[in-house]
Amino acid sequence: MARMNYAQAGCAALYTAMQEDARVVTLGEDVGRGGVFGQYRGLQQAFGADRVIDTPISEATIMGAAVGMALAGLRPVVEMRVVDFALCAMDEVVNQAAKARYMFGGQGRVPLVARMPIGMWQGSAAQHSQSLEAWFAHIPGLVVVAPATAQDNHGLLAAAIACGDPVIYMEHKELWGLEGEVEPARGERLGAATVCRAGSDVTLVTWSRMVHEALRAAEDAQAEGLSIEVIDLRTIWPWDRETVFASARKTGRLLVAHESVQVGGFGAEIAAAAVEALGVRVKRLGAPRIPVGYSKPLEDVSRVTAGAILGAARALAPA
Amino acid sequence: MSSSEISLAHALALYRTMARIRAFENAAESASKGGVAAFGASLSQAKVRGPLHLSTGQEAVAVGVCAQLGAEDLLTSTHRGHGHTIAKGASIERMMCELFGRATGYNGGKGGSMHIADFSVGMLGANGVVAAGIPIAVGAAHALRARDGNALVACFFGDGAINRGPFLEGLNWAGIHRLPVLFVCEDNRWSATTATGAMTAGEGALARAQAIGVPGLAVNGNDVFAVDAAAATLTAQIRNAGGPRFLHAVTYRLKGHVSVDAAGYRSHDELARALEQDPLELATIRVAAIGGDRAALAVIDAEAKAEVDAAVAVADAAPWPQEAAAYTDIQDTGAGRWRE
Repeated sequence: MARMNYAQAGCAALYTAMQEDARVVTLGEDVGRGGVFGQYRGLQQAFGADRVIDTPISEATIMGAAVGMALAGLRPVVEMRVVDFALCAMDEVVNQAAKARYMFGGQGRVPLVARMPIGMWQGSAAQHSQSLEAWFAHIPGLVVVAPATAQDNHGLLAAAIACGDPVIYMEHKELWGLEGEVEPARGERLGAATVCRAGSDVTLVTWSRMVHEALRAAEDAQAEGLSIEVIDLRTIWPWDRETVFASARKTGRLLVAHESVQVGGFGAEIAAAAVEALGVRVKRLGAPRIPVGYSKPLEDVSRVTAGAILGAARALAPA
Repeated sequence: MSSSEISLAHALALYRTMARIRAFENAAESASKGGVAAFGASLSQAKVRGPLHLSTGQEAVAVGVCAQLGAEDLLTSTHRGHGHTIAKGASIERMMCELFGRATGYNGGKGGSMHIADFSVGMLGANGVVAAGIPIAVGAAHALRARDGNALVACFFGDGAINRGPFLEGLNWAGIHRLPVLFVCEDNRWSATTATGAMTAGEGALARAQAIGVPGLAVNGNDVFAVDAAAATLTAQIRNAGGPRFLHAVTYRLKGHVSVDAAGYRSHDELARALEQDPLELATIRVAAIGGDRAALAVIDAEAKAEVDAAVAVADAAPWPQEAAAYTDIQDTGAGRWRE
């Protein structure tokens, strides 16, 4: 058990993976200097420039080269800086990484992890603030992960590297400094959600930074007699239906909250699945369908706050 | 060895692979007629469904380059990749089964012509997206460098690819990391139905490569012996830790963009001139010049046709994929959750 922040936890998990498996390599812009968020600090000194590979600003080739590495036997971890930049590599993600194994009839596999952080972060504006997890959840072949804690950024990154599928790994830019106890030996499983707080009136499903907002909302709700069960989904695809449905069966009400735009968001998928399977009451809460503004008052319009979550929970379970 | 000092045995071997590719393309073309509702053709029950991009007339590029490759070398291809696949050593029968969409095809019917692959011979796949093989080749070269030996990646792409971003990205990357990649621009002078020259500024493929710092050669891509000699020079430099090299092989697409495209947008004169430069005809003249027997070449042609005819018969009788196969080879994490 060690105390570390979210960035350090990811770095530690990658260090261990590279130490244990010579096929694991890291590539991307600025990784040799430790990454712009410090999430690769010390790795090039430890493993050399042939395994921690500095690259030009060539997103398509960073992703495409990772596909070629994987098809030829390596297990690359790809740095995309932010998901917004990964859009320059969408052919390589969607048409190559996600499809190669199937198209080639199982002759090749693409065990790679593409780290593409999401989320608003201090006035980063419209091209550096998006949360696009739903895009990737829509693509067969991909796994989508969004850790909310230091422990999970360690355990889920290790699981992502080990799983053998192409994984879209979405850290949140505002969480890099979040500290927590990390138990490396605990291990984490992809596709397993966590019940972060037990409750009986409303099931609240969320992920990434919104987990912390949701926990604040649940605390405030408790004070007014509303009991919210908070579930951190952790893996967006394959999402943990069993845990979510078990809770929703109990409470009869399901609220899904996410930082991404509500329209076409992954919350819609979860809500629809719950209605089809259980007939429970559902509600979605996400950002308005507007670009994220630079100025704080504008950026705040896109934020889903603890207060908004509480309001949505109240609407779902009126006193 | 220069192209003028080629041995008869080597010349015949090159000719044989070209003849096998030509026979394959001819048979695939016949089996595809009427298969695609595009370019004015109507839908019907063709044996080969879907777009079929034939490399007829471009055989010398695939054969000349692959003559310099060994089993450890890797290859990435394009949507027009039958020739590369055959030249790298894949089975014509399993390729034809794939084109017919059968379970016994290389990809189990999941890929077809545009995604044909044979990893067992280092052929890492055709690709339906122009220039997409370039970054993949670059990554595969990193993987080769992590092993012992002096293997390389041959990365084929067309003239259209030099106008896409991955061309710049991939060549620059291979240059700074001095990766063992032979970039082969197989310039058939047509980008679908548009003449590439009209869409390309500047001096073209080799000049662009050189500007990025990747040296190379330009060659008559219809002369298999010239391609072979140029590839020998370049691969030797790459294997000697020289970093990436570039081969600009100018050839001509004798057929339309896809098999049902009659290519009425280009002139009869242009096609007639190109047919005079048919790579198999050029090779025949050269073989005769070094003492080869035209009758021997006719035997090779007949054997190639017989091999392909047999492959067509096998493919036509081969089993279709089971419906359950649609749900395999996708992903392990979350496997089974296909219908939510």
